Amino acid sequence: MLVRPKDGILDPQGQAVEQSLRKLGFTVEQARVGRVVDLDVDASSAAEARERVDEMCKQLLANPLIEAYEVEVHE
Amino acid sequence: MTSKIAVIQFPGSNDDRDAVWALNALGADASLVWHARTELPERTAAVVLPGGFSYGDYLRCGAIARFAPIMDAVTGFAAEGGLVLGICNGFQILCEAGLLPGVLRPNASLSFICRDVSLRVERNDTALTSRCEPGQSLVVPIKHHDGAWFAPPELVEELEAKGQILLRYEDNPNGATADVAGVMNESGNVLGLMPHPEHAVDPLLGSGDGALILASLLDTVGERASGALALA
Repeated sequence: MLVRPKDGILDPQGQAVEQSLRKLGFTVEQARVGRVVDLDVDASSAAEARERVDEMCKQLLANPLIEAYEVEVHE
Repeated sequence: MTSKIAVIQFPGSNDDRDAVWALNALGADASLVWHARTELPERTAAVVLPGGFSYGDYLRCGAIARFAPIMDAVTGFAAEGGLVLGICNGFQILCEAGLLPGVLRPNASLSFICRDVSLRVERNDTALTSRCEPGQSLVVPIKHHDGAWFAPPELVEELEAKGQILLRYEDNPNGATADVAGVMNESGNVLGLMPHPEHAVDPLLGSGDGALILASLLDTVGERASGALALA
């Protein structure tokens, strides 16, 4: 699952990365820093795995006040 | 009668002993309670979640500590109206546990900040500020990397309306939303703040203003105890 700061939430880490990239000469509009959590889940279907990870995100992996998340399932 | 206060010790707590020391210096009967216990000691009158870096601040500060075995007892204690104070990491834990509104984010500067700050007391009819005057300025140290309290505008508005904002920074050090340094829940029995009152109980160490905050808490504990005695 991928978790990143919600739109509109100040991301000082992203800003620091953005500034560093500019100092290296890259053209960057914006950088946002999130986090990846790889989970091995034994499930009978992709849909079931997605549902379970979604629940994990809600209860622990993301804080809905400040973070948005996406779940990607690879079989 | 002295007030029995449980200071919870998580792996990575580092202000637990200071909290016990400061509360006892103010006349309480505070002692450490290990996080792996599943019950609070008998006759616990208040619970303090101290500062530190519980569980290494993994994932998000306070996110893991809220699953510590003792936290079910703390949540139950709070639900019954028991007094719970979170300082710094303790504040982060209470927010992550949903016992207090908002969340603590990395400081806007991304630096660890360790210095005295001035706080403004928003109201003095609370368990944490009864010894203060409204508008009073208190000098109390902060020491944190993730101390910027955040809540969306509609939540801030609601908290303002319900008077749940206790303390504000006079010169916002960390980018906290609406300069908020401390909040409480709607019923006023769960309270949290980023600054460290336990490090400011003796003017010899810079400031004695933190004693006003902790002594307010102890006053509330004492009032509740005498109220219970009168009822019995």
